[in-house]
Amino acid sequence: MSAKAIRMLLGLVVPVALLAAWWFASASGTSPYFPPLSDILHSFTEVWTTDRMATDLLPTLVALIAGFAVAAFVGIGVGLAFGLSGRLRRDFRPVTEFMRATPVVALVPIGLIVLGPGKPMEIALVAIAATWPILVGTADGVRAADQVALDTARVYGLSARRRLFSIVIPGAMPQVMAGLRIATAAAVGTVIVANMLGSTSGLGYMVVTAQQSFNILETWVALLMIGLVGCALTALVVIVERQVLGWHRQWRALDHSSAS
Amino acid sequence: MVSTFTHPARGEDLPVTTTSQAVAPDRDASPSPTRYAAEESERSAVVLEPRHLRVTYGRGANAVTAIGDISFQVRAGEFVSVVGPSGCGKTTLLKALSGLLTATSGEVLVNGQVAHGVSPGLAMVFQEYTRSLLPWQSVRGNVEFPLRGAGRRRKEIAERTREALEQVGLQDFGDKYPWQLSGGMQQRVAIARALAFRPTVLLMDEPFASLDAQTRADLEDLLMRVHAETGMTIVFVTHDIDEAVYLGDRVIVLSHRPTEVKQVLGVDIARPRDQVRTKADPRFVALRTEVLELILAEKSTQQDQGHLD
Repeated sequence: MSAKAIRMLLGLVVPVALLAAWWFASASGTSPYFPPLSDILHSFTEVWTTDRMATDLLPTLVALIAGFAVAAFVGIGVGLAFGLSGRLRRDFRPVTEFMRATPVVALVPIGLIVLGPGKPMEIALVAIAATWPILVGTADGVRAADQVALDTARVYGLSARRRLFSIVIPGAMPQVMAGLRIATAAAVGTVIVANMLGSTSGLGYMVVTAQQSFNILETWVALLMIGLVGCALTALVVIVERQVLGWHRQWRALDHSSAS
Repeated sequence: MVSTFTHPARGEDLPVTTTSQAVAPDRDASPSPTRYAAEESERSAVVLEPRHLRVTYGRGANAVTAIGDISFQVRAGEFVSVVGPSGCGKTTLLKALSGLLTATSGEVLVNGQVAHGVSPGLAMVFQEYTRSLLPWQSVRGNVEFPLRGAGRRRKEIAERTREALEQVGLQDFGDKYPWQLSGGMQQRVAIARALAFRPTVLLMDEPFASLDAQTRADLEDLLMRVHAETGMTIVFVTHDIDEAVYLGDRVIVLSHRPTEVKQVLGVDIARPRDQVRTKADPRFVALRTEVLELILAEKSTQQDQGHLD
């Protein structure tokens, strides 16, 4: 067996052990708050094979994906501008610092007042939450563009436009992707809270209503799905990252192996 | 094959600032079957000429004059080494020559035309090959990217790239990433990129300074071979006196800051040169001693003036 396969198997040890522990500890448990895992999984398959997919899962996914797309667009666009212009960056620093330090959850009430409950509010909040890591990552990546590489391109007569697209942006991609990865967590958290506080559908709404009607089993079922949605979004970003940054992963692996 | 190139007594080596014929050797009249760039140089056209170049950083009381007044001429096919005491602004000079840096005053003529900004006919090889090569591009991609976007046909770009990689012995490494290669091979990629670009003048900024001694010797010879094959004009900046004399048709010795041309020496040593025999050649030894003395003299006057940096 290859070393890689062994490492992957070892990586599964902890999650499998935790699931097994949960399974056996809850199987004989009497606490109503911790139903047996077998029951949760059984209920999970039941719930998510009905039209609950459309009423509870889909609204959350739509808000999440739409908000994330807006965040990626705005974050990369504005991040580029900030990375290229020191002046813009300095002028907007108080605003960006303030916005970054404000938890987006605190904006939900304002969002509700301005946009009312529903999709636009959810999308807007997800977008706001996810924009900052992407924006900051992009701006840092653009700023870090290698001066020698840029000088090389200039000597060889590349236009500013081509320097941007063939030097600056590819060079910033590792940090843009890191920003996108961080943004997934912020986006998932925000969409759930927005569901909880300002919606009549979605996973967050499902958790709250299940909990309020003492449907403990369904609370767990919803929770499990939230975790899966988060993992799925992260996996999506990682897949894109592997496509875009194949070189970077190999490069880092090489650096690491030669350093150790 | 021994070159017929002979150089006059070095007493005739004039500071180039005062003359456009700094090297005006009385050549052996008999034609030589082997073409040497040095031979060609005094009848071929001037392709690069800084005129009273001056570069000052900062303003007012804090202004530092990096380059005082530099003028010289580089003729087509010449290999000109530029050497000077450390901290004398060699890199600044190259940046001003290439147009990356706008001179405070004076001008640079490329092919007789005053250059504004970066001149189209120039290529540059930097010391920092890891930063000059794009890590997300393959070796081939790195050689190709300056060629793209100028209306060239795909086929022509591929052909030029293949040829350039062959010239530096990397024809089998086109699909590798630069960081998968050794330092010497990476700098060869940068050289191939410059070759494929076919510049009027190739500027090289201490290209071998961060390589180990053996790799450096290999690349010096590779560069000389490529120079002989292509007849390309090269301006090679280095702090290494041996390297300057070994490679150059002429050696331009710079002063300390504010930098001026202190002297220009013609290197009357036959090509092809050889790491063993050329470096044991009494002419080579005499020339390197002369350059070393010039530079040491510069260093001591710099200390006298309290300009230590």
